[in-house]
Amino acid sequence: MMKSLHLPYAEEELKLINAGDDVLLSGTLYVGRDQVHKRLCEAIDREPPFDFEGNAIYYMGPSPAPPSFVIGAAGPTTSARMDPFSPILLKAGLKVMVGKGPRGPLVREAVKECGGLYLQAYGGCGALYASRIRSSEIIAYPELGPEALLKLEISDFPVVCIIDSRGNLFNG
Amino acid sequence: MIQDRGMLQKAAERVSESLINASRKLPAEIEEAILNAEPEGGKSLSVLSAIKENLEIAGRTGLPMCQDTGAFWCLASIGRNSDACIGNIEKVILAGAAEASEKGFFRKSIVSDPVRKRSNTSTNLPAFIFYETTDGDDVELSFLLKGFGSENCSSVRMLNPTAGEDGVVNAVVEMMKAAGGKPCPPVFLGIGIGGTMDRAAFLSKKAFFRSSDDTVLSNRILEAVNELYIGPGGLGGRPTALGVSVLTEPTHIAGLPVAMTVNCWAERKAVVRFRKGEI
Repeated sequence: MMKSLHLPYAEEELKLINAGDDVLLSGTLYVGRDQVHKRLCEAIDREPPFDFEGNAIYYMGPSPAPPSFVIGAAGPTTSARMDPFSPILLKAGLKVMVGKGPRGPLVREAVKECGGLYLQAYGGCGALYASRIRSSEIIAYPELGPEALLKLEISDFPVVCIIDSRGNLFNG
Repeated sequence: MIQDRGMLQKAAERVSESLINASRKLPAEIEEAILNAEPEGGKSLSVLSAIKENLEIAGRTGLPMCQDTGAFWCLASIGRNSDACIGNIEKVILAGAAEASEKGFFRKSIVSDPVRKRSNTSTNLPAFIFYETTDGDDVELSFLLKGFGSENCSSVRMLNPTAGEDGVVNAVVEMMKAAGGKPCPPVFLGIGIGGTMDRAAFLSKKAFFRSSDDTVLSNRILEAVNELYIGPGGLGGRPTALGVSVLTEPTHIAGLPVAMTVNCWAERKAVVRFRKGEI
């Protein structure tokens, strides 16, 4: 069943999404992968570069934007590499994650405990996701190049819910 | 000398054009395999539809189909009667790859010092180049734009010499079980068997450019991997793999090396052939 989720989300909206649902995302989506995760975890006690509450993070590192494009190809990267960091960030309020591929048991537990979501984007579909991104800006760590922390505005961004807020898992 | 420079520049341009094209458009046989794949169960229908839409958008807009435009893996097959200078071949590969990275808006994905600093080389270089000699007088460059979501799932097993066909199939199935949905299935598998550990690994990449030299084994592997029901996107159902190519070589009496390279559904590759006087 196709559902939609506007970001930033309101708490009760997350509960309406079930593992296995197809979801269209719209609104504001933050972007960070390996090095950003390491840095966000280190920044938790200080001021993180964006407000975690109500927001979602997308595991992605785009290719460069050609002239007249908002962004280059922008598909998801493998989520499992973020597993060591995700429970820490979930507990700090960053509860909605978008990536690809399976997560470890500790992430699933943390999603359940915090009432978050793990959503999967279609792997390798970089051109498709670029077409759903309206704007992109670097908000932190520009020195990381393609791994910098981005803020996107998106519409009709297709994902599948893999772990819902009750900890249910969709695995086909 | 000046004539030489013009020739090398032209050769590098051919390499660059082929690499840029490879990042936007799949080889005909790969695209055909995707378009003809029959979705069965899980989210296979929606994942395959998204992949097809993505290919259509990449073709229409000229964006790379995937943001991970990969590492440049290159096999230079040099004819034994070629008069090409190996230094020039290397120059053409590097210049072509560097040009493609810039003109093709490739993501800069290569870091120096893999363990500590991991600073981006900002050029996508070095390319990972292998050289071999072949019959004839041409030079053929075979490139993979190797994405690392799938490469992280590639692996090698040193089997017992008595493991046989079943042992090989089981080893691949175990490696694919561990990979699960991580390498962006439906995947294409290159299987290298024999030689030494590193030689088997090399063959597992060369296999993407040759037809399988053991079709009984490649068909068995394809069937067994599809029985895992990892499915497109790792979201269940079938297909999990769309193609398997096996390359074998002699090995030692004490061993049976088996290497598997996993390629995501976006099996991006380019082959550029140079005749005498072109490189």
